[in-house]
Amino acid sequence: MSNLKFLTNGLLKENPTFVIVLGTCPTLAVTTAAFNGIGMGAATTFVLIFSNLFISLLKNFIPDKVRIAAFIVIIATFVTIVDLSMKAYFPDIYKTLGIFIPLIVVNCIILGRAEAFAQKNNVIASILDGIGMGLGFTLAITLMGAIRELIGNGSIFDIKLVAENTKTILLFILPPGAFLTYGYLIAIVNKLRAKN
Amino acid sequence: MAKKLESSVKNMILCLFFISLFMSAALGFVYQATKGPIAETQKKAEIDALKNVLPKFDNDPTTEAKEIEGLTYYIAKSGEKAVGCAVKTFTTKAFSGRFDLMVGFKVDGTINSIAVLTQKETPGLGDKMKTKWKDQFNGKNPKDFKMTVKKDGGEVDAISASTITSRAFCDATQKAYDGYMKNYEKQLNTGGNDE
Repeated sequence: MSNLKFLTNGLLKENPTFVIVLGTCPTLAVTTAAFNGIGMGAATTFVLIFSNLFISLLKNFIPDKVRIAAFIVIIATFVTIVDLSMKAYFPDIYKTLGIFIPLIVVNCIILGRAEAFAQKNNVIASILDGIGMGLGFTLAITLMGAIRELIGNGSIFDIKLVAENTKTILLFILPPGAFLTYGYLIAIVNKLRAKN
Repeated sequence: MAKKLESSVKNMILCLFFISLFMSAALGFVYQATKGPIAETQKKAEIDALKNVLPKFDNDPTTEAKEIEGLTYYIAKSGEKAVGCAVKTFTTKAFSGRFDLMVGFKVDGTINSIAVLTQKETPGLGDKMKTKWKDQFNGKNPKDFKMTVKKDGGEVDAISASTITSRAFCDATQKAYDGYMKNYEKQLNTGGNDE
């Protein structure tokens, strides 16, 4: 059905990270380990689903001229909810993601989907779009985290694959490695999309 | 589909008013619900860090924690006798600004163990201070253990390629030691002799 299309859209065809290239700040900053990708992805997905849901519900009551302000209030509310609950129930993930959780407010994927999708579509389609985009984002940054962790630290999901003092390519954990990995992944995804 | 509201001043004000009202109510509710668990997890993290750095104790050091000149002191007791003191210390000389340590002392000022509380040093280089590198301080008394890196004429093996982090680590630990000796050493030791 056509609704299913909204769900799969975010995975590859319109992947927010590799195709739309939005939300690059968390993509580059938190992907030093695969597990961070999952944590960040889950937090963003939660915010994305609920902001899409509320914005599509309220779209007729929000006058055009103040829509951005209204969207940001809604998004910021859900981000703060995530921030507080993570602090309370997942202190370990909160410690590593720290500052990047509040920064989800300004993640362009969320405002982008609100503006481009949720305010023009119905509630069901918007929720599905939120789930799809969230999963696409999670997959993308987890993949990036896994690659950087593997090459830079010799481990994956904190499981060490090389001996204790083996030299690994540290560059991949450092900021330049983020740009390198990101660039190669975008190139690969573009190649894949061109084939289809 | 219902028609979109017009962008009149009245509509805009009403819309923003109700959205803000509703969202802040939701936030207030979540804040109330998570306040307890957040305080609990923070306290648990604090006690876990204390357990790691101090000799065995059976009081709750967090209730009598005292802050002097930016450092926080936790006295650990076993029964009535003081067995050690943990000092929450920090340095601002680190590679990326600041990190916080918890240094556990035995009553005579010997370092029992050190835990890293928060840090944002370079992954793979400076953050190696979280590994067993810091165990070289255990059991050393700064009175006769020169706490600077070997490059500066001290006795501490620096983390390779992270001399700045190692220096900062020594700085924080030294600060904790100086503070402990100045404020608590006499008090805890006389307490011990009385018994």
